Amino acid sequence: MKSAVIVFPGSNCDRDAAVALEQATGTAPLMVWHRDTDLPDVDLIVLPGGFSHGDYLRGGAIAARAPIMQEIVRRGHKGVPITGICNGFQMLTESGLLPGILMRNAGLKFICKDVFIEVSDNTTTFTNAYAAGQTLRIPVAHNEGNYFADDATLKQLEDDNRIAFRYADETGAVTTAANPNGSTRNIAGIYNESGSILGLMPHPERAIDPRHGGVDGVGFFTSIVKALSA
Amino acid sequence: MTTQTSSALKAKVLITLKNGVLDPQGKAIGHSLAALDFKGVGEVRQGKFIELELNQTDPDAAYAKVEDMCKRLLANTVIEDYTIEIIT
Repeated sequence: MKSAVIVFPGSNCDRDAAVALEQATGTAPLMVWHRDTDLPDVDLIVLPGGFSHGDYLRGGAIAARAPIMQEIVRRGHKGVPITGICNGFQMLTESGLLPGILMRNAGLKFICKDVFIEVSDNTTTFTNAYAAGQTLRIPVAHNEGNYFADDATLKQLEDDNRIAFRYADETGAVTTAANPNGSTRNIAGIYNESGSILGLMPHPERAIDPRHGGVDGVGFFTSIVKALSA
Repeated sequence: MTTQTSSALKAKVLITLKNGVLDPQGKAIGHSLAALDFKGVGEVRQGKFIELELNQTDPDAAYAKVEDMCKRLLANTVIEDYTIEIIT
């Protein structure tokens, strides 16, 4: 399985993502610079977390207009699996591959801690190694993770079962108290229409080794391998 | 006699959150004003101001160009409105 991690000035989870991908696939991903316009054929594209372009204007806004992004949008429309983690999720909404936007956290504070998220659907490219309704403990680290979309979009996401993860408490109950950032309907991650593109705020690549304090992110990468190596 | 040279235009772009979109930063500013004992302040909303120099002489063409910029980059129209002022 071949994968690519796109690197932007200010990305800081690109190497974490590369380590996680290599651990799961046995092959190091291509690291592709944002100014490149050529992207070799790959089975998976990862837009990593970080603070691309200093979060100027809006998180992910400048990165979403980088030269490489035209090709990524084209691949995304062709059905190539893409995941955007944290800042990468912001790039996916800013580029129009996913609906809505990640706004400033409701509490105005940068949040860096482990959260619990509930897996909605365990039949997707990114979640097939988990159980449906499983609660995962995964870290978040963001200032703009407050998902917002208009009511029609939210209804569409709910109706099409496209909400991938919701913030929950330790028991898996989706409550207001368990919502760290004010996200609408506790949304922590969403899919595009076909399920080939996933954006999520939590960092599964930071929960793949016991020394991280948890390994609940491993299933994210083994799911991808299982789905894409078949 | 000197011939008048065409001068560049300026555009001022004001980006604000749409009505109904929660503005926690505006709220925090409002609370801080209250802490300073400013009375009678209602809702506070904050936004962004962007000034652009344009190598262009036709105000209508300049407006159209800046509007395209707003739609494609400067504003995210999911949550933001923009107003454009062209200064000749």
